[in-house]
Amino acid sequence: MNEGIKFNSKKNENIEQYENYKYYQLTMNKRTCLYDRHAQLGAFMQPFAGFDMPIQYTSIIEEHNAVRLHCGVFDVSHMGEVFVKGNEAEKFVNHIFTNDITNAPLFQIYYGMMLYPEGGTVDDLLVYKMGNQEFLLVVNAANIDKDVAWIKQNSEGFDVQIDDESENYSQLAIQGPEAEKAVEEALGIPCHELAFYTAKTRTQFGETFIVSRTGYTGEDGFEIYASHKLIVDLWDKLLDSKRVTPCGLGCRDTLRFEVGLPLYGDELSDTITPVMAGLSMFCKFDKPEFIGKDAISKQKEEGPTSRLRGIELEGNAIPRHGYKVLQDGKVVGEVTTGYKLISVDKSCAVALVDSSLKLGDKVEIQIRKKTFPGTIVKKKFYDKHYKK
Amino acid sequence: MTYFSESHEYVRVEGEFGYIGITDFAQKELGNIVYVDMPEVDDEVTAGDDFGAVESVKAANDLISPISGIVIEVNEALEDHPELINQDANSNWIIKVKLSDPSELENLMDEEAYNASIS
Repeated sequence: MNEGIKFNSKKNENIEQYENYKYYQLTMNKRTCLYDRHAQLGAFMQPFAGFDMPIQYTSIIEEHNAVRLHCGVFDVSHMGEVFVKGNEAEKFVNHIFTNDITNAPLFQIYYGMMLYPEGGTVDDLLVYKMGNQEFLLVVNAANIDKDVAWIKQNSEGFDVQIDDESENYSQLAIQGPEAEKAVEEALGIPCHELAFYTAKTRTQFGETFIVSRTGYTGEDGFEIYASHKLIVDLWDKLLDSKRVTPCGLGCRDTLRFEVGLPLYGDELSDTITPVMAGLSMFCKFDKPEFIGKDAISKQKEEGPTSRLRGIELEGNAIPRHGYKVLQDGKVVGEVTTGYKLISVDKSCAVALVDSSLKLGDKVEIQIRKKTFPGTIVKKKFYDKHYKK
Repeated sequence: MTYFSESHEYVRVEGEFGYIGITDFAQKELGNIVYVDMPEVDDEVTAGDDFGAVESVKAANDLISPISGIVIEVNEALEDHPELINQDANSNWIIKVKLSDPSELENLMDEEAYNASIS
């Protein structure tokens, strides 16, 4: 049986190699192991979730198109990795997680949320089954500390061990129709057989690491979790192969938005529940219990008072987070995310609006001094191309 | 003669008219420009007030007018091709204005001073 990945022995070696890493933690933003690579490429860097992260290397549009048409690689080392192990690991994860991981097949991956008792969202996350009673929770960078505290707090009374391994792991996301080819040929990691939303461990390059067929772009792709040293090596191999384009957080957001994926902080939050976000299919109501189940069951039954809807604008004006949505001159909601899309020629928004609004309804969005007409549509503006 | 503001707009003065745009430095900072929100002909602009916006992929950025006057012409090519500003910010001005108070130009920088300010 797989006993999970042990990186503790490598921890000091990794940090020694990146001695600056500790210094930056004390006085400035954190930096991933790939910071020097981003700097060498002339990336435009900005703080995000306490890290200095690359927003773009050349242009957001170019990088976005590279992912849709070929292959892009993202440094997502800022994300959090939390291991839950122990005799009651499955029971405990089912208690804090909305999706159902009962008797999960080894290496199966689940998307879902952790909720507050009142139903609001703590975070959205992926749960990887890594062993008989061992789960890897991959959480948003901005929520690592909050999530770890929440998980530990709620683990009292369960026979489990919680290990926050976020500082021991770095991560790459390799995304696009040519991702499989890139990973197999540039890295020598076979992945053709890896099914969508499953993972495997691989021992290669003197290390055991995790590869999954997952991503946040709507394209086929893989995520690799490994030591800092190996991730730098894999990044170099990918770029040297000329099969991938380095891509920053700028296009990561435009890509996910086009295919209707939520971003915690905008489409999910402590006040936006999965029911309001249209994500209740990731909440398994026939589980006996999970934190927040009662609250969102009630909300689902009664219908939420507001919910997320897509809006397609008639012209090119661009809706942005916080802009008001109006119907007949009355404010009926607010934009959570908006962009002029890159893969489709239109401006679209996702907005939290009164539940009375239906698909096809005409609304207006207030953009600075004027209002612009639009229509309520589904939140997916571009079709996903997953390998299912 | 071209004058520059601290918020990276320029006004190229030709007689009583000024062509207002954003500088090459500004377009580089913004990245891909995907939309230009422009005023209409006959609108008034006031020095120091916003007269529209230039939008990059991620954010809307207010355009601040360096001078006061009346909008005579709007660069309509930017409606369908906002990326023209990325290609050539100096040639692709945004609005043409009839100046109401040329003395305002004294508050702006010349090219040398502007280039020094961004280096």
